[in-house]
Amino acid sequence: MDITELTVHELQEKLKNKELTIKEITEAYINRINEKEKDVQAFVTELTDEAKKSAEEIQSKVEKGEITGEFAGIPIGIKDNICTKGIKTTCSSRMLENFVSPYDATVMEKINSENMIDLGKLNMDEFAMGGSTEYSYFHPTRNPWNLNKVPGGSSGGSAAAVASNMVPWALGSDTGGSIREPASFCGVVGLKPTYGLVSRYGLVAFASSLDQIGPITKDVQDAAMLLNIIAGHDKKDTTSSDRPKVDYTKALKNDVKGLKIGVPKEFFGEGINEEVKEQLQKAIETYKELGAEVEEFSLDIAQYALATYYIIACAEASSNLGRFDGIRYTYRTKEFKSLKEIYKKSRSEGFGPEVKRRIILGTYVLSSGYYDAYYKKAQQVRTLVMNEFNKGFEKYDVILTPTSPTVAFDIGSKSNNPLEMYLADICTVSVNIAGLPGISIPCGVDKEGMPVGMQLIGNKFSEETILNAAYTFEQKIKFRENHKPEFKK
Amino acid sequence: MSRDNYEVIIGLEVHAELSTKTKIFCSCPTEFGAAPNTHVCPICMAMPGTLPVLNEKVVEYAVKAGLATNCEISRDSKNDRKNYFYPDLPKAYQISQFDKPLCEHGYVEIDTDEGKKKIRLTRIHIEEDAGKLNHDDFGGGSLVDLNRAGVPLIEIVSEPDIRSSEEAEKYLRKLKSILEYIEVSDCKMQEGSLRADVNVSVRKKGDTKLGTRTEMKNMNSFKSITRAIEYEVDRQIDVLEDGGIIEQETLRWDDVSGKTFPMRDKEDAQDYRYFPDPDLVAIKLSEEYIENIKKSLPELPESRKQRYLEEYKLSEKDANIITSSKYLSDLFEGAIKICNNPKAVNNWIISDISRILNETEMEPIEIPFDSKQLAKLVMLIDKGTISSSIAKKVLVEMFEHPRDPEDIIDEKGWVQISDEGAIKDVVLKVLEANPQSVADYKGGKDKALGYLVGQAMKETRGKANPQMLNKMFLEELKK
Repeated sequence: MDITELTVHELQEKLKNKELTIKEITEAYINRINEKEKDVQAFVTELTDEAKKSAEEIQSKVEKGEITGEFAGIPIGIKDNICTKGIKTTCSSRMLENFVSPYDATVMEKINSENMIDLGKLNMDEFAMGGSTEYSYFHPTRNPWNLNKVPGGSSGGSAAAVASNMVPWALGSDTGGSIREPASFCGVVGLKPTYGLVSRYGLVAFASSLDQIGPITKDVQDAAMLLNIIAGHDKKDTTSSDRPKVDYTKALKNDVKGLKIGVPKEFFGEGINEEVKEQLQKAIETYKELGAEVEEFSLDIAQYALATYYIIACAEASSNLGRFDGIRYTYRTKEFKSLKEIYKKSRSEGFGPEVKRRIILGTYVLSSGYYDAYYKKAQQVRTLVMNEFNKGFEKYDVILTPTSPTVAFDIGSKSNNPLEMYLADICTVSVNIAGLPGISIPCGVDKEGMPVGMQLIGNKFSEETILNAAYTFEQKIKFRENHKPEFKK
Repeated sequence: MSRDNYEVIIGLEVHAELSTKTKIFCSCPTEFGAAPNTHVCPICMAMPGTLPVLNEKVVEYAVKAGLATNCEISRDSKNDRKNYFYPDLPKAYQISQFDKPLCEHGYVEIDTDEGKKKIRLTRIHIEEDAGKLNHDDFGGGSLVDLNRAGVPLIEIVSEPDIRSSEEAEKYLRKLKSILEYIEVSDCKMQEGSLRADVNVSVRKKGDTKLGTRTEMKNMNSFKSITRAIEYEVDRQIDVLEDGGIIEQETLRWDDVSGKTFPMRDKEDAQDYRYFPDPDLVAIKLSEEYIENIKKSLPELPESRKQRYLEEYKLSEKDANIITSSKYLSDLFEGAIKICNNPKAVNNWIISDISRILNETEMEPIEIPFDSKQLAKLVMLIDKGTISSSIAKKVLVEMFEHPRDPEDIIDEKGWVQISDEGAIKDVVLKVLEANPQSVADYKGGKDKALGYLVGQAMKETRGKANPQMLNKMFLEELKK
């Protein structure tokens, strides 16, 4: 038995039946990291030594009966923009290369209170800006299915670490597709929760009105379990919802009979790769076989979502990233003659090209004289996007689209063409714009064996619906049993 | 052309620190004077990933201020970000309010020579204070103290309705007293909890278009504000009279030289890129909420003044002075409740107490004794325990080393001598030592009596009861 092949719910079974110990599990993952990390490079900070120690402590406490809990001793990986007390949180940026957070993000408090074991901080595009993890200051992460391809981004480290079995599951963050796109590229499950379901406190902000933390897992049941842990109201985040807690695993009914699925034709048009379309068509047929009612419809406004997204996200980012100014905890330039020079040089040297590009864009759209034409207009379009989705959800329970217009692309093929890179977000951004939940699950592979992701979008706070739809599909096609990453070189 | 041909236009932006216990977006204390960077947390230090949570007390206090200044209260308001870089602003944006302030369209009434005048308020909004840079104490650099970062402020913006430095001062004093009365700010100007940005322009009388204005930032004393306005008005008129034009700029007032200086170059004209703060939800206020705050408002200075005129027959001038400060007014009311002598308490506050405050540049809130102690002082005179001249000395002691007036009198041995025998001894002694004065008095020079009483007072170091002295001298001289 390869322990690292197991899902978390399988690990829980084995722990419960005493077929495995916490120490054995952690050691298996550490060995796996030692074996695969040199090829995949998913981590920014490995915590294998610390993990070994915690595994021993937690196991001994469990044996003594001091702690109980179904997640005690389960390892996890954390995207490096989620603050972890006493551990570096770099956002894969030179700017925060040596930043050690003095506090834990709310999600980390929840993870820690479950006595889970943090295996490390995972690589990402700098400050979560990008779709390939090539914009990490430290190193690009590689796709476990083909090491010459990108893992997607910005949560590329999280998706690649899960896909390569270096962590059983991971936390990512999603502002315009940063959980779903890498999940799609790496053949794993990624859930972007409804805006407000998971506290953002301690997530280093990229675009505050769009950011959400979510799970990246091997299967849908694990995604539901991790969502159970991290979801819930937080008084430290006033944008978090105070809805009562739900057990998402209870929603997994393996039944979609009568489920109404809408397929927006705009997401299957120009720019969507033919092989991706083909796999999605098959998925649609599968849903029909399973008894769902699938119907094509028009989500016209979606064509404006990308422009809207880049205006709003960049505007917020330009303000959110102002605090990285060379004064306190950030990178500071070595030589300067004035305050202005500290700012200019620290920020020029500390930020990478994509971050600078977005700060400049965002500063521009908020500038006096341009605000109305860009930012204000984008907010108006945002309302229209929400309205159009609302209309869609009057008719359908779930909206089905590809997660990304393509499968994982070659490393270096888009990193010098920002616009093309932005187009990779075309299927995912409208979900953030409208604040909806979206899940990406693998639905097949292309001719080269690269995974294709399917995105299921739900109405606000209808995570249960999309999780059940995803679960039912997953049980039917059994992707993980038929396809495994091959670490092709 | 002279100054008389010009009209002065002044608008004030007043920043008042709210006296909430905790900061506006985190639970750090707001207390003044702590060691640097001890009242801080990840939120007010702007650590990555932290989020603000709006302190509801701040909204309540701002609404109180709005209601007390006749503003309309917005039912739907929000927070906006004002973006700029400075080391005392750790987030690189200040959370403020841009196009939807909490309060709008209010006014404050001041008394002028031509009667009552309304100074209209454009708006009152809530925002956070910045930290503080310490430049002086450390060689070769500046150190940032973030204790003040996130302390709640209200900014009160007036319309350009003020026409002179006197009006500006009256407006400010009125505003200060209102904020004190409703207890939303302690208004300690020296600690910077009340400060004003002053906008000044001039135009020829009869012109309908406003002149170009200059702005003087962060002024925190009445004296410098009036001086700065006077200076700036003269400067602008001089420039115009010489055929020059006024540049719209931000100025710094220098108290030492008594001049204004440009603060930054025009190239740096800031674009703050205001936009709604996505980390905070809209501020929605219900009718009931506003109604409850309205009900909780205490008696305001104007109404107290009317009461003093009617109930205690104070003069308009005295009533103005006492009600100008809540602390003076509370001192007055507290003291008369105990000693039941409004006239005497009024006199103490208007003359001696006001004079000492002036001389020592103290704010009424800093008066180190309470109304009970002032009442005791008045009662000691009323009972004849001390003379009013001794009482003046006791008051000085009460300022310098605050304690009960009885204790001061005991310690200093200042109790008035009212014992007939003791007084008689002194009178006889003085008469014996001053035969010439006795002769003068008997020769018809009434003034000589005053001299003799003075000598007796000197002999007793002011403790003798003056009425008794007078009486006894007259009796002895008749003999």
